[in-house]
Amino acid sequence: MAQEQPKEVRSEFIYFALRNRKLRVGLGILVFFLLFAILGPFLTEYEPNAYVGPSAQPPSSEFWFGTTTFGQDVYSQFAHGLRSTFIVGLIGGGIGTLIGVLIGLLAGYRGGMVDESLNMLTNIVLIIPTLAVLIIIAAYLAVRGIFTESVFIGLTAWPWAARAIRAQTFSLRAREFVDLARMSGCNSLRIVLTEIAPNMMSYLLLVFILQFGGAILNAATLDFIGLGPTRGMSLGLMMNNAVLWAALQLGMWWWLIPPGAAIAAIVGALYVMNVGLDEVFNPKLREM
Amino acid sequence: MRRYLGRKLLIYLLTFFVAVTIDWLIPRFMPGNPVDTMLARMALRADAAEVLRSYYIRAFRLDLPLWQQYLNFWTALFKGDLGISTWLFPQPVFQLIKRAVPYDLFLLLPAIILSWMAGNWVGAIAARIRWLDNTILPLGYILTASPYMWLAIVLAWALGNVAGLFPIAGAYGFGLRPHLSWLFIRDLLWHWFLPFASLFLVMFGGWAIGMRNMIIYELESEYSRYLESLGTPQRLIRRYAFRNAMLPQITGLALQLGGIVAGALATEIVFAYPGIGYIILNAVQNQDYFLIQGCFLFIIVGVLMANFIIDLVYIVVDPRTRLGMTGE
Repeated sequence: MAQEQPKEVRSEFIYFALRNRKLRVGLGILVFFLLFAILGPFLTEYEPNAYVGPSAQPPSSEFWFGTTTFGQDVYSQFAHGLRSTFIVGLIGGGIGTLIGVLIGLLAGYRGGMVDESLNMLTNIVLIIPTLAVLIIIAAYLAVRGIFTESVFIGLTAWPWAARAIRAQTFSLRAREFVDLARMSGCNSLRIVLTEIAPNMMSYLLLVFILQFGGAILNAATLDFIGLGPTRGMSLGLMMNNAVLWAALQLGMWWWLIPPGAAIAAIVGALYVMNVGLDEVFNPKLREM
Repeated sequence: MRRYLGRKLLIYLLTFFVAVTIDWLIPRFMPGNPVDTMLARMALRADAAEVLRSYYIRAFRLDLPLWQQYLNFWTALFKGDLGISTWLFPQPVFQLIKRAVPYDLFLLLPAIILSWMAGNWVGAIAARIRWLDNTILPLGYILTASPYMWLAIVLAWALGNVAGLFPIAGAYGFGLRPHLSWLFIRDLLWHWFLPFASLFLVMFGGWAIGMRNMIIYELESEYSRYLESLGTPQRLIRRYAFRNAMLPQITGLALQLGGIVAGALATEIVFAYPGIGYIILNAVQNQDYFLIQGCFLFIIVGVLMANFIIDLVYIVVDPRTRLGMTGE
């Protein structure tokens, strides 16, 4: 049935994916930072929070990214922070997508009262600024880890995804192959899982990518306000420390610029990848 | 139209209700007794701790049944009583927030409106001029992917620290007191420029990309093709496309508000700009929970009001809502 894509179609996607410059550039940047996050921490012997050198040194062969006001190694903080960034994106974005998919599919397929109430819920959560809720939750958590932070970010990020998937489900629900499945006696769960969901796979991937980027940006802001992980290191926390300890006034660019630059590069790469993937999946958008 | 507005108002009221409930619920649902956690982390002198403990227990009324606590919370709220700040001790939270809000509006309103207009304008032009498109598109993606505070940091470092053109902290010079004079207004604008510019730029990127994509979509739609085949001048078709493309941009503004407010909070922290963001930073550092809760409610109310204004604008701009043709 519909979920079995012919081999030709699949290889066609791969063909266009490899040809798409936006996708290649975005993926390249993303893979570069991912490798950095995985391997980077092994290249330094310094712990991110240990006081290892003279204070406020610009980059040198000993301290590649310089040192902080307290003599911590900026490179080590950066590499470990990058790891947290990917963890937050993966867990936060994953949870956000999952809840969005569940609510969107249920509301879109069921319709009626279920849809009305879920839609109301979605609209309400959509208006409440995510970060305001995160601030108040984080403020009351005495011990915060990157994992908890990611979970809360995911729990508050789903509304737009739910809305988009609901709209997609609506349009798919009225199609002939779904009617056919319904007539042949499939139950709702089966229809949703085997008929509707597979036809949205490409769309779900795009949603996940945007959720991934959104989770990273939210985490960065939360950390920057001072509500980030109480243990461990993150890029937002680095910026928070840099600004609080007058790196701006002292002109310590090596401490100020890299963390945000990495976030901007990763999120930008995700956005560009998203546009590229959209072109791959949607033949109308392909540049010939 | 009445149905459309009524539905929106119902959602806003429910949202406000949910937000107040969250504000009440979270301190009570977090593990441990909030009063003890707060006191333990404040490291106060013993007598001060005792005063505060009795104050907190009175304020929270933790001895009462839960439904009574909840009702009391609402009653206090309608009296404008958001508690007393512990960071700036005897000052009521409401007063602190009231003092900060003008700075937020002064920063946010121009940044939102100007970036929205400029972004739409540039995006629409980029959709039909190739070289502009090739520069605006990558630039827009970089800007919209930047965390607000990072762009603020970059601008503060480059234009404030290295070039020395702008001050990088505060809303006005330390030597000045707020009063109405050219000297003060000049100083105020001078301090305002960098935070404004960094907010403006991040938002501008998003609007420009959105408008560009929408215009391309509209120009390829059936009605544009039809008009084209009738020999309608390009200018007219583009004007139709622009007006149609604007509607999703207005909806987008409503959806982005939460993110924009978050961005403003972070930007204010970078520039030590005395708005709500700066208050939240201090409240977090000093564990001033009433202040955090007060700021939370204030942000929600602000966002709800802004949403309502956007709805009203939408009614003016889109005749279909006036005629009751769209439910959403």
